[in-house]
Amino acid sequence: MHSIRRLAVLGAGHVGPVIARLAIRAGYPVAIATSGDPEDIALITELVIPGAEPQWASDAVADADTVVLAMPLHRFPDVDPGLLTGKLVVDAMNYWPASDGVLEAFEASVRGGRGSSEVVARRLAGSAVVKALNHIGYHELEDRARPAGAPDRRAAGLAGDDRAAVAAVADLTDRIGYDPVRLGRLRAGRVLQPGGPVFGQVLTLPEFERAVHEDARSVR
Amino acid sequence: MTYTFGLDTFGDRNSDADGTPLSHAQTIRNVVEQGVFAEQAGLDFFGIGEHHTDYFPMPAGDVALAAIAAQTERIRLGSAVTVLSSDDPVRVFQRYATLDAISGGRAEVILGRGSSIESFPLFGYDLADYEELFDEKATLFAELLKGGPVTWHGKTRAPLLNQDVVPHLESGPFPAWIGVGGNPQSVIRAARLGFSLALAIIGGPPARFAAYSELFRRALEKFGQPPRPVLVHSPGHVAATDERAKAEFWPRWRETIALVAEERGFAIPAEASFDRETGPDGALYVGSPETVADKIAANLRALGASRFDLKYGLPGLTHDQLMTAIELYGQQVVPRVRELLG
Repeated sequence: MHSIRRLAVLGAGHVGPVIARLAIRAGYPVAIATSGDPEDIALITELVIPGAEPQWASDAVADADTVVLAMPLHRFPDVDPGLLTGKLVVDAMNYWPASDGVLEAFEASVRGGRGSSEVVARRLAGSAVVKALNHIGYHELEDRARPAGAPDRRAAGLAGDDRAAVAAVADLTDRIGYDPVRLGRLRAGRVLQPGGPVFGQVLTLPEFERAVHEDARSVR
Repeated sequence: MTYTFGLDTFGDRNSDADGTPLSHAQTIRNVVEQGVFAEQAGLDFFGIGEHHTDYFPMPAGDVALAAIAAQTERIRLGSAVTVLSSDDPVRVFQRYATLDAISGGRAEVILGRGSSIESFPLFGYDLADYEELFDEKATLFAELLKGGPVTWHGKTRAPLLNQDVVPHLESGPFPAWIGVGGNPQSVIRAARLGFSLALAIIGGPPARFAAYSELFRRALEKFGQPPRPVLVHSPGHVAATDERAKAEFWPRWRETIALVAEERGFAIPAEASFDRETGPDGALYVGSPETVADKIAANLRALGASRFDLKYGLPGLTHDQLMTAIELYGQQVVPRVRELLG
């Protein structure tokens, strides 16, 4: 399997800094980048994400084996797919029209029953895309993280078509503080989306599995 | 440090004692009465947040603030928040400059998005343009506040060329804050444009925002701006005892979250999450005056903030419950917090 050695987090808004901090605490080297000059996020990095390295996106991605997409989804079309070729890509973004507005590129696919990460993966054909770290709110993700074996540990779901990539992101999920739940192929990651049974929820492993199971039954 | 204390409402639709919702009109009249009473209870600020829903029927809070201004003398009055992205900054400035005139210099604004999204489709804006809209309009608003003729070009409204925007402010710029919910780049923007910082903390542990106060302070230095205050806005409810406050608040909290969850597609939280949020490390200030005072004092200290605005009320609470909460907050909670902070 891939073993994640270095992360590039793209996005320094609500979600990116939280994931970056969790990864740093778990011992990963982390670079953070936005669409602009790293100088613009130098102060943010120093005070809010200590230990991360602010870089230009192209440099951050080039140095990393794993790239976390944590930008608003409407900015995703600005990402150059060529830059991400050969990388493991963690899609932590959400298509959430009720909160962020309708996006043409996603609306038809999602209405047609595909997950937003399937749309992302189609555009990033040269990358191994795993949907993960998207369904627990950014205001809770850090606070609820617990080491393996803690009695109040919670679960986080993930899904992807590349088994080795899924295994690597499961390991990442575990190391940052959540019981990883592998849902299967990327298509199965739809349960992690807005409107799905675990979106916005912070559940124990049995609660998580029950919620997903009940949802599958109600769909059937 | 000098501390000040405010109350915010979203025009949460009141119910009568047997649970029947009151009309939008009666709810608005009650908000005016509550604002006037806030001054009598000794509070420093009363804010009204812009919302456009059946359960928060408060799209024109500035009109209600003007009514409160006419019946008060001391309390400061402002928005909490104005959804600037879907409004015209020139009109927002004019409305609050008018409030400033009526109230004799007591107007303020908090600019942001809040969690309100209804204004975007209502006024024909695309939520996906949120960032660009806010950035441009906040920049223009900062120019308008300085006074004098304004020249401005952008993509989101017609340009202004050496435009005299009236009414002129009588005593300089009124306090203007940018509301931030967790995006550090918004903190930088507030500092760069010369706004004060309003931290909206509505879930999770408040202490995680301490780095944001420091980020704001350092960013002000970097941009050559003078020091500016930080305020904390959080929801809550005060009653005679912890049990009573929770018993009044929880069913209404659950109903309100359920409404929003249905609209936005997330699952309804369990009572366990409510207990976390009302505990010492959560974002809800629900309890007796003593409980709420302890939590406010601890968080103002942890966050280096000088103002606390309690977002009181919820759809379905009664006017009497809210008046009691205002009285307890003003007469017991605030004096106790001042004592604790020495």
